[in-house]
Amino acid sequence: MNNYEIVVIGGGPAGLAAAIEARKNGVKKILLIERDRELGGILQQCIHNGFGLHIFKEELTGPEYAERYIQELITMGIEYKLNTMVIEITKNRQITAINTIDGIMHIQGKAIILAMGCRERTRGAVRIPGTRPAGILTAGMAQRFVNMEGYMIGKRIIILGSGDIGLIMARRLTLEGAQVLAVAEIMPFSGGLTRNIVQCLEDYNIPLFLSHTVVDIEGQDRVKAVTIAKVDKNSIPIKGTEKRFECDTLLLSVGLIPENELSKCAGIELDKVTGGSIVNESMETSIEGIFACGNVVHVHDLVDWVTEESKRAGKSAAKYVKGESTGRYKVINIKGINGVRYVIPQLLRVKNITESINLMMRVDNIYKNIKFIVKGNGQKIKEIKRAHVAPGEIETIKITLNELTYRDYNEISVEIVKEEA
Amino acid sequence: MEPKDMICIACPLGCRLSIYEDNSAEGFIVSGNKCLRGIDYAVKEMTNPTRVLTTTVKISKAFFSRIPVRTNGAIPKSLIYEAMKLINCIEIQAPVRMGQVLIKNILDTGVDIIASRSMYEREMLDHIKDSTFEVKKSL
Amino acid sequence: MFDVAVIGAGITGTFIARELSKYQLRVLMIEKDNDIANGTTKANSAIVHAGYDVLQGTLKAQLNVKGNKMYEEVCRELQVPFKRIGSLVIAFNNNEIKLLEELYKRGLSNGVPDMEILSRERVLALEPNLNDDVIGALYAKTAGIVGPWELAIALAENALENGVELFLNSTVTGIKKIKDFYCVKAGNQDINTKLVINCAGIYADKINDMVSDIHFKMLPFKGEYNLFDKNAGDMVNTIIFRCPSDAGKGVVILPTVHGNLLIGPTSELVDSKDALQTTSEGLKFIQQHTKLTLKGINFGNVITSFTGLRAKTMLHDFIIEEAEDALGFINVAGIDSPGLTAAPAIAEYVLNLIKHRLGNIQKNEKFSSSRRPNINFMELSVEEKRKIIQKDPKFGRIICRCEGITEGEIIDVIHRKPGAKTLDGVKRRARPGSGRCQGGFCTPRVMEIIARELGIDITEVVKDGLDSYILTGETK
Repeated sequence: MNNYEIVVIGGGPAGLAAAIEARKNGVKKILLIERDRELGGILQQCIHNGFGLHIFKEELTGPEYAERYIQELITMGIEYKLNTMVIEITKNRQITAINTIDGIMHIQGKAIILAMGCRERTRGAVRIPGTRPAGILTAGMAQRFVNMEGYMIGKRIIILGSGDIGLIMARRLTLEGAQVLAVAEIMPFSGGLTRNIVQCLEDYNIPLFLSHTVVDIEGQDRVKAVTIAKVDKNSIPIKGTEKRFECDTLLLSVGLIPENELSKCAGIELDKVTGGSIVNESMETSIEGIFACGNVVHVHDLVDWVTEESKRAGKSAAKYVKGESTGRYKVINIKGINGVRYVIPQLLRVKNITESINLMMRVDNIYKNIKFIVKGNGQKIKEIKRAHVAPGEIETIKITLNELTYRDYNEISVEIVKEEA
Repeated sequence: MEPKDMICIACPLGCRLSIYEDNSAEGFIVSGNKCLRGIDYAVKEMTNPTRVLTTTVKISKAFFSRIPVRTNGAIPKSLIYEAMKLINCIEIQAPVRMGQVLIKNILDTGVDIIASRSMYEREMLDHIKDSTFEVKKSL
Repeated sequence: MFDVAVIGAGITGTFIARELSKYQLRVLMIEKDNDIANGTTKANSAIVHAGYDVLQGTLKAQLNVKGNKMYEEVCRELQVPFKRIGSLVIAFNNNEIKLLEELYKRGLSNGVPDMEILSRERVLALEPNLNDDVIGALYAKTAGIVGPWELAIALAENALENGVELFLNSTVTGIKKIKDFYCVKAGNQDINTKLVINCAGIYADKINDMVSDIHFKMLPFKGEYNLFDKNAGDMVNTIIFRCPSDAGKGVVILPTVHGNLLIGPTSELVDSKDALQTTSEGLKFIQQHTKLTLKGINFGNVITSFTGLRAKTMLHDFIIEEAEDALGFINVAGIDSPGLTAAPAIAEYVLNLIKHRLGNIQKNEKFSSSRRPNINFMELSVEEKRKIIQKDPKFGRIICRCEGITEGEIIDVIHRKPGAKTLDGVKRRARPGSGRCQGGFCTPRVMEIIARELGIDITEVVKDGLDSYILTGETK
């Protein structure tokens, strides 16, 4: 059995930031486990810019953002293992991992930080009808092929879903010589960042069909055609609105799901809305000493927020292993209502907050001129005005310790209220 | 003159801007911006829209056969395809350091094409079994 | 000159080829596709039926019950997953109870053992997720589940190891009678053979018409299915059928041998033998009918949907006979449900027809009935895992995270007979990509391994058929 103070699972932005922050907080024996052949995670295939604006005040590409943290991790001498897959975690924080060199490893962590990221939803999950030829792939897979391996995945392409990866890939494939015929989005609004609609679709005259979905795929060996149709309010395709595109590829960008197979095997409680683990203000899961951060908790829009959240996890895990842990204080439940789909963290122990805490949340629709109202036990704590909120963009509300201790709250809620004109 | 609406893409916030021409020194009045970059963006979109270009370049002797690159500043939108043509022609060899200039002053824009990550030689990478090796190498 | 050419390498073709490999015969399997088990065999309910619902006195009934009994042995010999989990036909009203009694009686006369009519309480004790208004069920303990394509692949491997030959990508375009043998034109080859066995599934009519003037017509009946994540695999413990009614047969709900949940099929006569698409109507049908049977099912857990075409004819029975006007040409056609169950018995039946035609045939003394089992890394003990990684470090590299499939397992199936050459071929043999992410993570890695092991460029790796290319070339 190998013993470590902290074991971080996943070497993407979340894992890197958590490990670095734990070291900065005095933890010596840290092991980071990464399943791929290099650190950096999905950032290595996200070659577009826009990363790090909040943290570095620069617009970095994914690999640049990753490299800064990788360099820092290496300089700090934090131990890591590549090409290593964790196959089991127990609630006693024992990890089983394998690779080609060490074989099977049993690792005991005083604390574990889960940073496995997320995976893409597939055709099966959205149950798109049609044949099953080659040429149907997720946007992330296409991104890996095109950006890292250097292969094209098609010539005439339809994209379903206007999430960020879908939009980014529309531009990327166009630049590499493919024709992106259309992007179809089942919702009446895009799930991606607005700036990606502008610089990935509008710049290249790629049409975006909102309230549209794929209703048929043709082709036995390779995709031959894809038909999209308009959908009604219940997302049911409307007959007579079909548009058929002859193409060889259908790219799917239909959502991301936190990758929680290992969390489940440890018995960690998951949130039905986010698909990620339920965490408290310290990013600790329902199992003591197991922390989680990044897309494994909830799918983020910007990596900067992942880093911020992961630093919190790293710091909390450091506190935990040093025995400075907080113990069992009173827990406040936080929930999103009236237009707020979820709030992270779901649980909060005031005693662990030093100055303030950022509540991160996603809304369920596009709203204009609204107020977020934060309530404690039904009474208003604070309100924040927003001119525009969208499901694709995470909203953050900072709550100070003063605001939290004004009264003894059992429950905090965040909701949307329309502003009077 | 009617104001023109646009979404600022200077950062991921995506501010909704409104811009119209006037007789001030800048020539335009912008509203809806949350920071000064919004004004620059809107004026530029009206006069000379520019974009940062990110793509890949062929690389040999590395583990991957492509390395991500970007312009180290924005180039005119109209030059993107021409720039792509030039970028697609070059082939470099590992090792490459992040930030290394691969094409200087592309299309006389004053902007360079730089590597947006480091890539080691493949043989070397094959030996990176764990962190101990990396640490030694970086020292 | 071959003694026997088997056209079609699905479950019947491979069972027959393996049966024939027990004798000193030169046998050839001819398959139109790029891999075996690529037609109906890869898209069906995967059920080994007990045999109570087949019409008394038919060949189907006889071969169903007999085939069912043969499953343990062949699956043990070939190390193929088979579980005798039993089946329930559930009833929701008194008319349906009467039907159960009829089925029970029919089962008795077909020779089905171990049947029982269960009370509501016992049904719900066995299947707590059934809708509460169920009132009884016919329980047939001998029903089971199997991996149909795994079985066909194992049969083919065993047959090839015992001397059978296989031509892939060889569509039969003509068969000519020449003196006392046949010349089969397949792909770009002319194959001379004494006997021809037509196991061409939904194309059996086309093959028959090349030789015989006594025609039959294959009617492709489409069936759509939903496959669920393993987290739904324990929704049911047995195979759940609805009572057949005027409204149709409803859907069957069952766990698969790998622990997923499978629901389907729809049933629709289609005009094309390429009609392999799923439809929104079909998906809706499955959803609606499932809710009549099961409570608490979440269709968000569907990981993939697929369609199979049943090889039906107008007749109610299998056609397994030598064509009257073409001696030495044996049709094995109309093998719709319970074809998978009957297949081992069909093989024996066909062997007798062949013996009748070829006279006394000698046993193949070198025949080996077993094959090296597929390696299943995740099912090994810690010690075994340690050992196998030590022997071959490639077993320490997990390629498919959902199913826990290692590089070692993938390489193994690429180099077995008939080896996997395609993404789907690897998936059907070793299962990478059949989990909840459906290849989202492992596809580039599996392609890389296929390319390396077969010595081809990664752009030449296909999904399934020869034209199912995945990459269109390099960037730049």
